[in-house]
Amino acid sequence: MLPSPRIFLSVVLLSACQGEPASPEGADPAKSVVSKGSSGADQGPPQGEPVRAILTQAPAVPPPTGRNAPAKVIVELEVREVVKPISEGVDYTFWTFGGDVPGSFIRIRQGDTVEFHLQNHPSSKMPHNIDLHAVTGPGGGAASSFTAPGHESQFTFKALNAGLYVYHCATAPVGMHVANGMYGLILVEPPEGLPPVDREYYVMQGDFYTVGKYREKGLQPFDMQKAIEENATYVVFNGAEGALVGDKALQANVGETVRLYIGNGGPNLVSSFHVIGEIFDKVYYEGGSKTQENVQTTLVPAGGSAIVEYKVEAPGTYVLVDHSLFRAFNKGALGMMKVDGGDALEIYSGKEVDSVYLADKAEPGAGQAVAQASAELAQGSVTLASQVAAGQALYAGTCSTCHQADGKGLEGIFPPLAGSDFLNADPLRAAGIVLTGLNGPVTVNGKEYNSVMPPMSQLNDDEVANILTYVYSQWGNQGHVVTADQVAKVRASAAMPQGAAH
Amino acid sequence: MDPGAALALSGLTVLVPAGEHRPFYPSPGQETVQVATFAMDATPVTHAEVLAFVRDQPQWQRGRVKRLFADERYLSSWAGPTDLGTLDPLAPATELSWHAARAFCQAQGGDLPTVHQWEHAADATADAPTGARQDPATLSLILDWYGRGDTPPGPVAQGAPNLHGLYDTHGLIWEWTLDFNSLLIASDAREGGDQDRMRFCGAGAISAIDPADYASFMRFAFRSSLKADSTTRDLGFRCAYPLSP
Ligand code: HEC
Ligand SMILES: [Cu+2]
Repeated sequence: MLPSPRIFLSVVLLSACQGEPASPEGADPAKSVVSKGSSGADQGPPQGEPVRAILTQAPAVPPPTGRNAPAKVIVELEVREVVKPISEGVDYTFWTFGGDVPGSFIRIRQGDTVEFHLQNHPSSKMPHNIDLHAVTGPGGGAASSFTAPGHESQFTFKALNAGLYVYHCATAPVGMHVANGMYGLILVEPPEGLPPVDREYYVMQGDFYTVGKYREKGLQPFDMQKAIEENATYVVFNGAEGALVGDKALQANVGETVRLYIGNGGPNLVSSFHVIGEIFDKVYYEGGSKTQENVQTTLVPAGGSAIVEYKVEAPGTYVLVDHSLFRAFNKGALGMMKVDGGDALEIYSGKEVDSVYLADKAEPGAGQAVAQASAELAQGSVTLASQVAAGQALYAGTCSTCHQADGKGLEGIFPPLAGSDFLNADPLRAAGIVLTGLNGPVTVNGKEYNSVMPPMSQLNDDEVANILTYVYSQWGNQGHVVTADQVAKVRASAAMPQGAAH
Repeated sequence: MDPGAALALSGLTVLVPAGEHRPFYPSPGQETVQVATFAMDATPVTHAEVLAFVRDQPQWQRGRVKRLFADERYLSSWAGPTDLGTLDPLAPATELSWHAARAFCQAQGGDLPTVHQWEHAADATADAPTGARQDPATLSLILDWYGRGDTPPGPVAQGAPNLHGLYDTHGLIWEWTLDFNSLLIASDAREGGDQDRMRFCGAGAISAIDPADYASFMRFAFRSSLKADSTTRDLGFRCAYPLSP
């Protein structure tokens, strides 16, 4: 038998809070009572001609409103159910505000009167609505915007509070609508606007639940049970693994100030948002009006937001993560910001000192093997045995965490080095990979990997040579001997990324 | 695909035996309702059947139907008022308003099924009169269906029937019910300030018998988004018939 909770009503409604008194035409926003603490909440009636809101898809952000008086703003948002990749080779049916996850970014000014049109595309299978956390009123617009496929709803609200707000669908089963990507951000600028910055970006995290496991190929249906158990298959920024990676990375130049509008759609997980190698100079925590300074990691609640600002001082690639790190490395919560510009060595020196530190992963006596090999090399020649011994120690300290001590890697995540056709085909390419990392699809023994190996540029030429010589001597590999000279040449010809190691 | 099955089964009716039904949203103090035996179309009504109907009753043709009875999308995928164009005649008829679906059923001597009748009939699994709502296979059928994206529904009766011999109750289209809007009565009295309604914050989860029954949530949410003139691409219908006239 089913559990039978207490029954309250004979009449049941299905969108969120239905006690909303407004009819689309009946609302008189000018009469709204200001009950909030926000200063000068009601800025009076809208002035001038109505304006059409500019909507953008992440990571783009609409320009500042630039207005110093409240206006009537018309927002038209279309709901579409679309099939798109959530990861390489993995498709998912997203329910979207504006065709993408996260939904279109809406930017208005405090005091604006917003005439909201929600259009549900005729090809939709579900009814949808919108609950904007920026709305003061029952359900945040949900009841007034409940819309069948092929229909449009209109409602009007006055933006009384400044801040960065999440909006989302609130149709039953609401968790599922949100889990399918139905969320976005609406920024209500304070009357004086936000201080100007050089770049603004829109980044929103969400958790996804698929029947197939992480990166299992094909069209993956929503898994209700995993969602209820809060056991996410994917945790991603901007609706897909890799949405902010490679040529889709966020861009900035040295010396610029960057502002990120961060949202978290959930439906379940709270984000520990962090940018590797940066400190947030300023955080409008929870998307509110107060700021905190010098923040390493900021918490973004499900159904909440934060605005972070930082000046980028040194060139290189900065990695955006949910610092709940298994989400970053095994579920997709990883993005990048590429910062171009000259070196700023007084701020970040690059590698200054390099000494062997093998810690607990290394075999006892490892330091000795490495020292032995370097000593021999300094004399002019190094024996294969010394190279292999040194390489073995270094491999254990540097590579084995990912590629595993037996070189077999982890299926789907870290490719094997044992018997790898890719590795054996080209020793110089392998040296290049160790020095500069590897990013993007690669096929090893017939299986595709699409991930990121960080550069190991901290290794000396002879260390790289020893590691590779060791690797080639093991596990059925083809016995290539790699010399320090060869590695030096590879290093000279390779463009070394800056600051990418964490 | 097997057009033979669609051809043989569309237009047939089957008997749905009486039974106790546990509504997804029960009334206070009334956990179950008694549903009397009735007859029901074995499959959703097809395009071919609606074509015959609008030939017979031209006031239900696209272009002639009263605006009050159907919105602008009414039968808009048809090539003409009496021309299916490329639509599969054996696929379920959709883009019909509640008024039109009712008129069709009444012309056959029946009516649309009530929510209780429909839910009771569709709760049968392949071998039991109830349980589809708790059946993971039924749920995954529905999730697969919406996951298939922007594809119009294929012909009826391609899957297996449930215990009563009903096809396509889940996973092909949504279906009209006679009292689809019974859940919306309160919205006409919204200004009444009924505090209890606020308990439905949380999108209906508080009052449902099984908060994990996502398929029912979706169905009830869908129904409550409709008006009697609404037509949508994935909404069709089948008729119910009383046993004695
Ligand atoms: C942080 C995890 C990590 C570490 C540490 C790491 N790798 Fe990798 N490596 C990867 C990943 C992930 C890939 C696949 C990258 C892709 O698909 O784009 C890879 C790919 C490779 C490849 C090419 C594919 C293959 O299997 O032949 C080689 C060669 C390689 N790594 C060698 C090394 C060596 C040698 C070290 C130690 C110096 C090392 N890696 C350390 C994660 C790592
Ligand atoms: Cu929705």
